[in-house]
Amino acid sequence: MHFLIEPGFLASEPDRTALLIGAVVAITSGVIGVFTVIRGQSFAGHSLADVATTGGAGAFLVGIDQFWGFLVIGGVAALLMEGIGVQRRRGRDVATGVVLGGGLGLAALFLYLGTLQTSTTGASFTILFGSIFVISPDTVPAIVGAGAVALVTTALLARMLLLSALSPDIARARNVNVRLVGIAYLITLAIDVSLSAVAIGAILSTALLIGPAATALRLVKSPVKAMITAAAIGLATTWIGVLLAYDSYDWPPFGHGWPVSFFVVALVLLAYLLTYARKPRRAAVRSPHEEGPECSPA
Amino acid sequence: MKTQTELLELDGISVRLGGREIFGDVGFAVRSGEFVGVIGPNGAGKTTLLRVILGLQPPASGQVLIGGEPRQKIHKTSIGYVPQKLNIDQDVPLRARDVVSLGLDGHRLGFALPSRQRREFVDSALADVGASGYANARVGELSGGEQQRVMIAHALISRPRLLLLDEPLANLDLRSEQEIVTLLGKLAREQDIAVLLSAHDMNPLLGFMDRIIYVANGKVASGTTDEVVTSEGLSRLYGHHVDVLHVHDRVVVVAS
Amino acid sequence: MFTGLMANTWIAASIVAVVAGMVGFFAVLRGDTFAAHAIPNGAFAGAAGASLLGINVIWGLLVMALGGALGIGALGRKARHDVVTALALVLMLGLGALFVSISTEYAQETYALLFGQILGVSSNEVLPIAGLGILSVAAIGVAFRPLMLTSAMPEVADARGVSTRGTELYFLIVMGLATSMSVPVVGALLMFSLMIGPAAAARSVTARPGVALALSVVIALAITWLSIALFYRTNWPLGFFVGIGGAIFYLIGLAARAWLPGQARTAGALAR
Repeated sequence: MHFLIEPGFLASEPDRTALLIGAVVAITSGVIGVFTVIRGQSFAGHSLADVATTGGAGAFLVGIDQFWGFLVIGGVAALLMEGIGVQRRRGRDVATGVVLGGGLGLAALFLYLGTLQTSTTGASFTILFGSIFVISPDTVPAIVGAGAVALVTTALLARMLLLSALSPDIARARNVNVRLVGIAYLITLAIDVSLSAVAIGAILSTALLIGPAATALRLVKSPVKAMITAAAIGLATTWIGVLLAYDSYDWPPFGHGWPVSFFVVALVLLAYLLTYARKPRRAAVRSPHEEGPECSPA
Repeated sequence: MKTQTELLELDGISVRLGGREIFGDVGFAVRSGEFVGVIGPNGAGKTTLLRVILGLQPPASGQVLIGGEPRQKIHKTSIGYVPQKLNIDQDVPLRARDVVSLGLDGHRLGFALPSRQRREFVDSALADVGASGYANARVGELSGGEQQRVMIAHALISRPRLLLLDEPLANLDLRSEQEIVTLLGKLAREQDIAVLLSAHDMNPLLGFMDRIIYVANGKVASGTTDEVVTSEGLSRLYGHHVDVLHVHDRVVVVAS
Repeated sequence: MFTGLMANTWIAASIVAVVAGMVGFFAVLRGDTFAAHAIPNGAFAGAAGASLLGINVIWGLLVMALGGALGIGALGRKARHDVVTALALVLMLGLGALFVSISTEYAQETYALLFGQILGVSSNEVLPIAGLGILSVAAIGVAFRPLMLTSAMPEVADARGVSTRGTELYFLIVMGLATSMSVPVVGALLMFSLMIGPAAAARSVTARPGVALALSVVIALAITWLSIALFYRTNWPLGFFVGIGGAIFYLIGLAARAWLPGQARTAGALAR
């Protein structure tokens, strides 16, 4: 294990913070990722990630920590999305892509102006590709807190989220405020995107949103088991990514280190691909004795 | 003091949608244990009527009484509902048993802790509809008829007094149609609930329906099939002449 | 702003705009804008990799853009919304980030590859762009009718012996070429705006293909020229103007469709 866990790794504060934040992100994304698949709203996740780029860049320009930018703009976008509708529909890809392109243009401007003002280089890179090793200690409580809020909200709304995904009408007939539940869900998704953006960057954040959840869903069927599995996979990929990034200081080019986000994304994809290595679970989990034979002609 | 045998009562219901009057002054009553077909041509407003009963569509006037109480006052789980279509993708990770479990308390805050009692409820509900064999399959991967059974179990698990189904036979093949109708008849009798289902073709239901509610032209006629489905009766309903033909043991309604 | 070096910039950018407008028109027509999101990601990784290896960026762009195009073609339509595809595309961006971070001036370079950069374009850079541009336009011109047929009526096309799969692959390759040209100018993240924005706007106001194609090119040129002019004025990044420009023209197109009298409204409806 020595080559993987270098001595002194856990001694430094930024490294411990990286592991902590990585854990928060992984667990939140695992849970919310599964709900996103159930609700069929992966598209919303992608869109929020692009929006986060603008938010982070804006925060940088204004001089506050990028996390607030991710969070606030993500929250606003979530509210707007609810009004507009979040399912993938024909033509919506184009509309969203072009409108978000405007947002990315704004991000470009904010980054440029911000870099001029503060003459810090490298801000672009951390906003876009993550800053898990350079998280400012002041924001750590906020980040952990946001994750907690997202998880608690999801836990409270769990059943209503599932029921309204199954059939909004049934939910409404049971007096569930489907609209409010939908908004609350989008806001937790926005929070999750913000967390992921802090860890691995706004542009790459979708990897943690969709990867572990999709991998878990190939392995287990029960939604609850899927969430636990997804969180575990996310945790593993994030922590190994952090470790490898730390180790990479000793890899060429020496003294520089490779970005954490690259490792995390690569590991997430690897985890998903590994699920193809086992035999696919057959969909028909049926016992041979069921009432009412269902061999209707197709 | 009238003995309360009417489970569901609609009185003076009128509905406006999109500037149009869909119904004007419509009323009927349904008793416990009855199997009732809500029949009518497409667009007549069958779904709207069901939505009024469910509280999803507020009527412009009139009231809906369940067991003598106004609909708003009754317990949320008194009415079970099986919608025509499910909103989910094929590979959504919800198993049949998860869906049925949501029928118990999917509208409550928090999440349910797993318990033996809960599992037994779910298993029993699945067994009642003959879906035990695929309890652990993903609901999105089930056939139309299988999904239908799961949704019926979902609706029934909270022991409602009234079960509404919106066009349950629409996407089923003949054999599954028969099976679902037989199942619903059996459940209505065994659990003493009233079953109301909408369909545009009454034929699969002939012989099962205790009563028919025929919807056309913004009006409603209710009674037994023999009473309601006659050339004179339907002509009055439609507002123009229609013929009711009996071909072998099937009924065909023909507009002139 | 029209001196020698800058003249080359105008020429190069104009060529990029024309190609983007044309390719975008077909992408929107075919309802297939996925590639316009996907190919730039690979191109970004390619460019960053080439720069790291010290070779001309255009090679990295070409190799990865064409490779990406072939990959997408091989996978087929179904795989586009697959998780593997989505993750692989993100990985491309991650690879680009890796390459860029290993080389020395990473902040500046990241920015340029993602958001575009247009300084003086030297004469020997105009030539490759012009060459690719002519090749792309010619490729579209030659395949114009098969492209139209397979977009509008794929089953008929197959029945007539025009291979839809072959045309699809051909089109993706052309898009790969267009991407290699556009990414240095407008950046990987904003290429979608330049390629799809004008085409979507054009499509909103007219259903006639010839007019939509021409309008698409015109709008792309307008956006590009305005962007360059404003860049020279303010020094603000080109990608900003392109992104905002694409969005604005698209919204104008939507508004025009809502307000134009009956005939155009039907045209807009057909164009959906």
